[in-house]
Amino acid sequence: MSEVKYSKEHEWIKLEGDVATIGITKHATEMLGDIVFAELPEKGSNVEKDGTAGVVESTKAASDVYTPVSGEVVDTNQAIVDDPSKINQDPEDSAWFFKLKIKDQSEMDTLMNKDDYDKFAKETSA
Amino acid sequence: MNTKKTSLYQLHQESNAKFVEFAGYQMPIQYSEGIVEEHKFTRNHSGIFDVSHMGQLFIYGGENLINDLEKIFPLDLKNLKLNHSKYSFLMDKDAGIHDDLIITKTNEGFLIILNAACKDNDFKILKELLEEKYKMVLDENRSLIAIQGPKSSQILNDVVAGVKDLNFMSGNWFSFQDQKVYITRSGYTGEDGFEISIPNDFVDKLTRELINKGSKLIGLGARDTLRLEAGLCLYGHDLDKDKTPVEANLKWAISKERISKGDFIGSDIIIKQLNNGVSKIRVGIKPEGRIIAREKTKIFNQSDVHIGEITSGTFGPSVNGPVAMGYIENEFSKKDTKVFLEVRGKKHPANICGLPFYKKSYVKGAIK
Repeated sequence: MSEVKYSKEHEWIKLEGDVATIGITKHATEMLGDIVFAELPEKGSNVEKDGTAGVVESTKAASDVYTPVSGEVVDTNQAIVDDPSKINQDPEDSAWFFKLKIKDQSEMDTLMNKDDYDKFAKETSA
Repeated sequence: MNTKKTSLYQLHQESNAKFVEFAGYQMPIQYSEGIVEEHKFTRNHSGIFDVSHMGQLFIYGGENLINDLEKIFPLDLKNLKLNHSKYSFLMDKDAGIHDDLIITKTNEGFLIILNAACKDNDFKILKELLEEKYKMVLDENRSLIAIQGPKSSQILNDVVAGVKDLNFMSGNWFSFQDQKVYITRSGYTGEDGFEISIPNDFVDKLTRELINKGSKLIGLGARDTLRLEAGLCLYGHDLDKDKTPVEANLKWAISKERISKGDFIGSDIIIKQLNNGVSKIRVGIKPEGRIIAREKTKIFNQSDVHIGEITSGTFGPSVNGPVAMGYIENEFSKKDTKVFLEVRGKKHPANICGLPFYKKSYVKGAIK
């Protein structure tokens, strides 16, 4: 059983057991434009909820990627580093950013479900 | 402050433009296909750029005007042929650059294309320098579009017959729907192309016809990546009042004839720098990896000494990698010198390189 949740910084997070897969939302990619560079956290490093855990750059500007929950980085998606345009093509599935072994399941409760996120994204971009 | 709109605003909206405010105008940064696709389409086909925010300054006059303008611009305007254009600068007495511009000799005087953010100040400066002796019009009734890329000549020629015979950096009056349009073979993308000055009421019609023939609207985002790949400077970033044309590595644009006379504004400094060299100079910089070094990124040498700063940097879609330019201490400006760029606290290797990053394909007649 897995559930996808969303952060105010436009990340999505999918939890399976105690491993969370994290990426950025389609809405985020539409705001950023063509993504031409991606930097991911190092495998084995620990990241803290709401801390930076990577960077994406469009032709226009650089933006930090935040982690919506705390944990240890257990995997990263080298495919999006090699070809960042994959992030624009399939942001909410194959172009995931990193996987975390999470520490505190309750951090998931602070995040939005899909309906709330869609509403939030619409309001903030208006 | 109210932002201004160009006469193509409605067409931009219909074309799903994302707008940004630029120099007081609502300008399209990109359309639905995005910067990378727009960039590539321009390189491979043809792109239309709304540059109506730029200043079109007409100065009317004859021999006296030529003499007076030679006191201002480092150009041999006496020997400039009718309808020919030159790239130049408006400088202060220390050779600091107020603006970079294209000046064209017309049958009534000169047409000068100025940067949007500088045009009002340029007008004021020129009016003072010319002591109000000549009629000067910063024309708000005309729009300016550029059409750039290898297919542009054929596309524009289908709509305005005869333009394909223009040589690079020359222009002429043509007719579109009985309107006088001034077209020069020029641009700022590193591609063959044209700039078209046309009355506001007709620019929408002309642009739609060019789109029907296969060209596409391209936003300011791709204009920036195109000009940077072509090694061309952007005022306010790569050029400003703290930099001289010699430091900007643009001495090719200064007339040798005029240097020997040394009677233009800023000539003392220019001559001194040409003779004695400069301490900093503009260079191309190619990061080794994929990291993008943007404006204000610090440059270090191999001994970790701060030796310069990036003034423009982005991802070049045709180069398929990061590209940048910046100012560096002269002794490190040789091609292939290894440097380090500090991005987000880490130093990344890069190499000084020649410009442009992308080889241009200007038409015959480009080299005189």
